Amino acid sequence: MKRRMTTTIVLMLLTAGSLFAASQPPPGTGGQGEFVPVSTLPSVEQLPAAPFLIGAYVVVWLALLVYVWSIWRRMKKIERDLADLRKRVQSR
Amino acid sequence: MARAYTPLVVLAMVLFAVAPLAVAFAPPEQVMGLIQRIFYYHVPSAMMLFLSAFVCGIASAVFLFKRSARADRIAVSAGELAIVFGLIVMVTGPLWGRKFWGVWWQWDAKLTSAFLLWMIFVAYLLVRRYGGPGAEKLGAAMALFGMANVPFVYVAANYWRTLHPTTNVVMTLAPGMRGPFWLCVAAFLLLYGLLLTLRKRLEDQRAAVEQLYLALDE
Repeated sequence: MKRRMTTTIVLMLLTAGSLFAASQPPPGTGGQGEFVPVSTLPSVEQLPAAPFLIGAYVVVWLALLVYVWSIWRRMKKIERDLADLRKRVQSR
Repeated sequence: MARAYTPLVVLAMVLFAVAPLAVAFAPPEQVMGLIQRIFYYHVPSAMMLFLSAFVCGIASAVFLFKRSARADRIAVSAGELAIVFGLIVMVTGPLWGRKFWGVWWQWDAKLTSAFLLWMIFVAYLLVRRYGGPGAEKLGAAMALFGMANVPFVYVAANYWRTLHPTTNVVMTLAPGMRGPFWLCVAAFLLLYGLLLTLRKRLEDQRAAVEQLYLALDE
């Protein structure tokens, strides 16, 4: 139980940490906090949209399927426990 | 409900099979292009996150005032679903943002408040699972706090400076985009209802197991 809780907390901290690390100043805020010479700006990124779009849809499907599977697994376990307990109660 | 469950599962599967086709045939957005199609899953997921927060909050209030064990079981189920749909929002949003804004994440009012809302429900579930005796009441108070956060998250983009689009976007959707969007909302809503029913059944069975353990101890 302790190990599971520690894992959950570590996952939460990792999520928060990765979001913090991923945050960058928004485009177009130069001049508010610092002056950035145009010559030092990186060239505009040309990212293809398809991998992001496919990635997003895969995440949605995967999250939902894993969740349904986790409910099914927990359900099977509890049904087994329930049947076992009923037998024990009846045998008393 | 038990008799209607299987046909509803089939209907949900049909809706989820049709949804990607409807999204594929939706007109591309003028500025964002292809990446805007994340919207059709991202926004319904956010809607389900908000719905879960409300279901969990209201059920928790009923539990606090009426001591209803059934309401408590609904609250736990909805709390877990809030985490699942919140996770989808938290992953699909940055994927959209990276392509369109150029950044994965921004600590502005909208994104930060949405992340906090998700964290509240993660904390809620941790309290429920490891909080020991009295965790139900503490959890119920947290759920109420989470529910109160929802309107703030919803309007954040309208009142504070943020990269996130405002709530006006859904209301002003072009006719070609409206159909696929509401089809996705219907699919997510149906799936949400089915998952909540299934998850609540699991809680009911857990309660039955606890009752049997008590009966064995006596």
